[in-house]
Amino acid sequence: MNLNDKLAKNYYQPENTAHIVVAGNAQQSALKILLNACPAGLYRRNEAGEITFDPNGCLECGTCRIVCHDEAFSLWRYPAAGCGVTFRFG
Amino acid sequence: MQENDCDVIIVGGGIAGCTSALLLARAGLSVILLERGAQAGSKNSSGGRIYTHTLSQILPDFAQSAPLERRVTQERLSMLTGDSMTTLDHRQTADAACSWTVLRARFDPWLMEQAQLAGAQCITDTQVEGLMKQGNRVTGVRIGDDLLTARAVILAEGANSLLAQRCLASPKPSAENMATGVKEVLALPREKLEERFGLEGDQGCAWLFAGQPTAGKVGGGFLYTHRDTLSLGVVCNLSQLSDSARSLPQMLDNFKQHPALRPLLKQAEVMEYSAHMIPEGGLNALAPLSGDGWLVAGDCAGFCLNAGHTVRGMDLAMMSAQAAAVTLIHAHRKSDFSAASLSLYRGHLQRSALWPLMTQYRHLPADLLRSPQAFSRYPQLSADLLHSLFHVGEQPSVPLRRLLWRHARRAGLWQLLKDLRKGARSL
Repeated sequence: MNLNDKLAKNYYQPENTAHIVVAGNAQQSALKILLNACPAGLYRRNEAGEITFDPNGCLECGTCRIVCHDEAFSLWRYPAAGCGVTFRFG
Repeated sequence: MQENDCDVIIVGGGIAGCTSALLLARAGLSVILLERGAQAGSKNSSGGRIYTHTLSQILPDFAQSAPLERRVTQERLSMLTGDSMTTLDHRQTADAACSWTVLRARFDPWLMEQAQLAGAQCITDTQVEGLMKQGNRVTGVRIGDDLLTARAVILAEGANSLLAQRCLASPKPSAENMATGVKEVLALPREKLEERFGLEGDQGCAWLFAGQPTAGKVGGGFLYTHRDTLSLGVVCNLSQLSDSARSLPQMLDNFKQHPALRPLLKQAEVMEYSAHMIPEGGLNALAPLSGDGWLVAGDCAGFCLNAGHTVRGMDLAMMSAQAAAVTLIHAHRKSDFSAASLSLYRGHLQRSALWPLMTQYRHLPADLLRSPQAFSRYPQLSADLLHSLFHVGEQPSVPLRRLLWRHARRAGLWQLLKDLRKGARSL
């Protein structure tokens, strides 16, 4: 079972805008750890070699915030009330 | 002077938040608790076990109404290499049990309900975006364009404490002081689960693993049995992931495939996948605990303990909530919520069982990070030793004392002694 299938087992209410945005001027080398650390595998390298974030599937754990400097993100907030993940077991 | 909306606002409806709300409401204070999830627990996840010493003090009849899963009567500790497992397995009667497994999306709403029954006003689906301040004094919270005022605010927003760090200049924890747990909740028919783990009635198993789950990094695996599900997960210190060959989700996949676990998990269906951060820096990494008009409790303050054989967070959240409530009840009587008045919180914590406990283990987090080899060395050492002990061939068998000596030397005597000394100091 791959990670996307696992995430698909969760209940999500998507939000229109991303709640986490990687800063445009963030150092790529400092972001590399996110490839290993994000429990939902939402940080991926695109064709240009840049690390990007896909907010769909976020588990709202905060790991990315801790492993990177605050400057790595131009926005880091929780999804608005009523949005994001809802755990049914927890 | 303007009237406040209530005496105390609590941010976060987890265990620290709900317990504080309950105790303050019981003492007659007006309390508003705000939780961002649709229900208490719906943004929460934890390994799965609560030690109930403090819960039973606060709510003596909890076992009659709380949505508990199983009473932990089996404690297992295992060291795993890629293909072997060495286990310490302790069984006890239900009377001797001191903890239950729980699922937070079920347990937390119950606890919130107890707070409501005591008179606290608990509002879910509401996200606090900022704190209102007059100078250094916290006077309330901001929710969108709405403001709510109180004489004091308790921050119980969990391990990822945005408000404490953004509004109170609490330092952001370092990666060394944080771990992240990832877990799957797996469904298994009740009968099958009880057969596989050797359980009867409401008996449950709590199982911790070191070695293979984190591929030798500082951390470990866990398995908790619930009624008809089980929680299986991996926790890894966040300073360990930059050079790790495996990502956190890969660690869990790999753990699940271990030959000792695979048969236990056969045909178990994944129901949910969650992740949660754990503050594991211990006493030396606590956040600032109080100030003018505010207190922090639970994970948000850093009250968590991983002693290797026991992993505790929920009971410590309850103990810190007790200390926070006592502090605020006194402050309310004196009508003094100043920084000096609320600084008594530390004293109440120190007089509770929480502080001596955290003091006892204060060196452990740093010691573990300084000897990460231990997480691969000891599983391998015990696997090799026990293999030699149980393996029978044509050669005459080697006496146990010679086996011990041989394997200890192979693992490095000096290192073993150093680790033993460190272990004795930390534990």
